[in-house]
Amino acid sequence: MPGIEYLIDALTPYHLALALGGVVAGTIIGSLPGLTATMAVAVLVPLTFAMPPESALILMGAIYTGAIYGGAYSAILLNTPGTPSAIATTFDGYPMAKKGDGDLAITLACIASVFGGLIGAFFLLMLSPPLAKVALAFGPTEYFWLAVFGLTLIASLSEGDLLKGLIGACFGLLLACVGVAEISADIRFTFETKVLLGGIEVVSALIGLYCVPVLIDLVAVPDRHLMVTADTRGVRLRESLAISWKGKWNLIRSSVIGTFVGILPGAGGSIAGLVAYSEARRASKNPQGFGKGEPEGVQATESANNATVGGGFIPTLVLGIPGTPPDAVILGALLVQGVRTGPNLFTTQGSIVYTFIYGLFIATILMLPAGLLIGRYAYRSIVTIPKAMLVPTVAFMTLIGSYAIRNSISDIVIMIVLGVFAWVVGRFGFSASPIVLGLILGRIAEQGFVQGWTIGEATENIAGMFFGRPLSMAIIAFIAISLFYPIFKERWLNKKRRVPDVD
Amino acid sequence: MKTLKISLAAMAAVAAAALSAPVQAFPEKPISYIIAFGPGGESDISARYQQPFFKKMFNQDLVISYKPGGGGAVTWAQLNAMKGDGYTIVGTNLPHIVLQPLQKDVGYTTDGLANFIMFHYTPDALVVAGDSPFKTLKDYVEYAKKNPGKLTTSGSGKATANHLAQVTFDGLAGIKTSYVAFKGTGASVQALLGKQVMASWGYTTVGAKHADKTRMLAVAMDARHPQFPNVPTFKELGFDLVGGAFRGIAVPNSTPKDVQAKLSDMFLQINKDPEFRKKMLADGFAMIDVGMNDMKAFMDKKKKEYAAAAKAAGIVK
Repeated sequence: MPGIEYLIDALTPYHLALALGGVVAGTIIGSLPGLTATMAVAVLVPLTFAMPPESALILMGAIYTGAIYGGAYSAILLNTPGTPSAIATTFDGYPMAKKGDGDLAITLACIASVFGGLIGAFFLLMLSPPLAKVALAFGPTEYFWLAVFGLTLIASLSEGDLLKGLIGACFGLLLACVGVAEISADIRFTFETKVLLGGIEVVSALIGLYCVPVLIDLVAVPDRHLMVTADTRGVRLRESLAISWKGKWNLIRSSVIGTFVGILPGAGGSIAGLVAYSEARRASKNPQGFGKGEPEGVQATESANNATVGGGFIPTLVLGIPGTPPDAVILGALLVQGVRTGPNLFTTQGSIVYTFIYGLFIATILMLPAGLLIGRYAYRSIVTIPKAMLVPTVAFMTLIGSYAIRNSISDIVIMIVLGVFAWVVGRFGFSASPIVLGLILGRIAEQGFVQGWTIGEATENIAGMFFGRPLSMAIIAFIAISLFYPIFKERWLNKKRRVPDVD
Repeated sequence: MKTLKISLAAMAAVAAAALSAPVQAFPEKPISYIIAFGPGGESDISARYQQPFFKKMFNQDLVISYKPGGGGAVTWAQLNAMKGDGYTIVGTNLPHIVLQPLQKDVGYTTDGLANFIMFHYTPDALVVAGDSPFKTLKDYVEYAKKNPGKLTTSGSGKATANHLAQVTFDGLAGIKTSYVAFKGTGASVQALLGKQVMASWGYTTVGAKHADKTRMLAVAMDARHPQFPNVPTFKELGFDLVGGAFRGIAVPNSTPKDVQAKLSDMFLQINKDPEFRKKMLADGFAMIDVGMNDMKAFMDKKKKEYAAAAKAAGIVK
C-alpha cells in the first residue's frame, strides 16, 4: 500500500469527525432532488479555507461520496433521481419499493455504494498516474461513440415498444439543443424567450420528468404510495448481505466500469450507472426481471456511481483536469489553498494526497452504518407519512430543488411544463428515461461529433477519425454487441430448444 | 398578531436606518457575489481569492453563489432587475458582455451593465504539449504556412477570448489554422495533452497550472508575465496581439452612485494588497486596476477591438 504511513493522519479524531459529518451531510443533501453533490461541495468551500488542505479534501470528498449515495433514496422511494447519477437506480429501485421491498432496495444500495466507493478509492490509491492516461486517450470521437453506446440502452429500456422509446429519445435530443449551444455559441430553439436562453438544465428536467408524474398519480389514485408488507423488518441487512454476496461479480464489474467512466472527464456518474446497468442486464441470468424490480439493477447502478468518485479524482489530482463537476469545485478550492496538482503531487506532497485517499476510504466505510441508519429513517418516514403530507412536502422540494440548481426561476417553469408533459405522454405509454437519456447524451454526442468532424476535416481524414481509431473501434464493437446480442441470444435459445424435437 | 406588528415595526425601523445610514457605514451586512458561471471555473476561483481579503479588510462576508446559463447571459440579463442597494454584485466577463449582445438579443446591452471594476485578466497564450515539435512561435507559423488549415488548435468555446485570439493571430501571421471548440478550458487542455489537437489557445493560467506538461510559445501581453520570464510576448516576436479574458464586477444600475464608488474603491484596495497580487500572479493571472472612473474609456476601447475581431472571425455580421 503506497503511503500507508499517512493512514494514521487520516485516523485522527478531527479527520474522523470530518469524514462522518461529511458523509451524513452529503447523504441528506443528495437525497433531496435538485440539491446535488456539486452544490454541496461548493457551499462548503469557504469553510475549508481555514483548514489544512488534506482536511479540506477529506471533508469535500466525504460530502461528495455521501451525496452520490443519497441520490438513491429519492430514486427508490419517489422514482426521482436525487442526483443525475441515480437515474438508472429508478429503473429497478422504484418497482422494488412499489412491491414493498423499498427497505431492501435501500440497504442493497448502501452496500453497493460502499463497495463501489472502496473499489474507486482503491484504483485512486494504487494506479492513479497510469490510469490518468486513459483520460487523455479519449478524444472527441470516443466521447461521441460513448454517447451513442449510452443511447443503445434505450433499446433495452423500452422493451415491448421500441418505437415509443426512440420517439422519446429524439425528443430528448431536441431538448438538449435548446439554449446557447455549449461549443458553437449559437442560440437555438429559444423562440425569442429569455426562459429558454439557459437551456434545459438536466437536474430540473429530471425532477420534472420523474417526480411530477409520481405526484400527480399520488393525487389521482386512492392507493397508498408504496405497498407495505405486514412484516416490515428493520433494515433487512442479513438478506441484503446474502444478495450482495450472490451478486459479487456484478458488483465488481459495475465498480470497475464506474471507476473507468469516472476517469473520463465530462462523462460522469449518470453514464457510469447506465453502462453498468446495461452490462449487468446482459450478464444476468434473469434479464427479463430488469426494470420490474430486479435487485441486480440497483446494485449495478449504485456501485458504479460511487466508484466514479474515486475514478474522477484520478484526472483531477494527476492532470489538474476535473473528472466530474464536483471535482472542478474541489480543484478550485485546492488552487486557492496553493496546492498544485500534477503527477508530482503524489511524490512531493504525498502527505496531502495519501492522507486524503485514506480519508476517502474511511468516509466510505463510515457510510455503511450512517447510510443504513439514515436509509431506515428515510424509508419509514416516506412509508408512514400520510399522503396529504407527503405530496405537498415533495412538491415543495421539487420547486426548491429546481430553483437551487442555478438560482433560476426559469428552471422551475421548465420543470413543471416537462413534468405535466411527462405525465400526459406517460398515459400513452411513453416513459421518461429515453427522454432523459437523449437530453444528457445528446450534448456529449453533439460536442464529440462537431469536434471530431472539425479535426477530421482539418487533417482530411474524417472517416479515419470516426472509424479508424482503435479506441473508437472498440466502443463501436460494444455498440454492435449491445444492439445485436439480444437477437443472437434469442436465435441461439430457439435452436437449443429445437434440439429435443429432432430426437 | 402582536408579535407580527412588533416585528413589522422593527423591520421598518431597520429599513429606515438603512436608508438614512451614511454610505461610510457600508457594508453593514454580507454582500452577495453572484458568478454567472458554474463553480470551479476561473471566474469562481478569482472570486474565491477575493473572498478572504474582503473579509479581512472590511469585516463582512462575500457570499458567493452561482447562476450559470447561456454562457453568463442568463445572469447578466437579470442583473438590472436585481435590488440596487450595493449588497448584490455580479461578476462580468470580457469579451462575453461585448460579443453576446452583438450576436443576438440576449436581454441586456453592453452599455446597460454598471461595471464598477475590472480587476484582472487572463492573458491569451498559445500553448503546446511539452514534447511538441513546435519549440518556438516561428515553428508554429512555419508549419501552418506549409500546411494551410491542417494545424488544429483547441480552445474554450466559440466567440470567446480563445477563439478571437486564434482568428486575430491567424490574420496577423497570414496563416490558416483550424479551431476546435471545447466546453471549458479543462476539456480544451485535456485535448491538448491527449494529442487530439496540435496546439491550444489558452491563457497564462493554463501554463501555470500545467507547467510540467505544457509549453507556452508566446503570451498576449505588453510585457512578459512576471511568473514566466522566459516566455516571449507576441509583441516581441512582431505580432501585435495583446488581450485575454477580462473579469470585472457590476452592480444593478439602480445602485446609488456613491455606493458604486465605494465598492469600486474597496475592490481596488483588495487589488493593491501585495499578498493578493502575489497569489493571483503565481496562478498566471495578470492584474489591472480599472476603477469606476476609468471604466468608460476602457470599455469603449475594448468594444471597438472586439467588434473588429468578431467581424473578422465571422462571429457577427
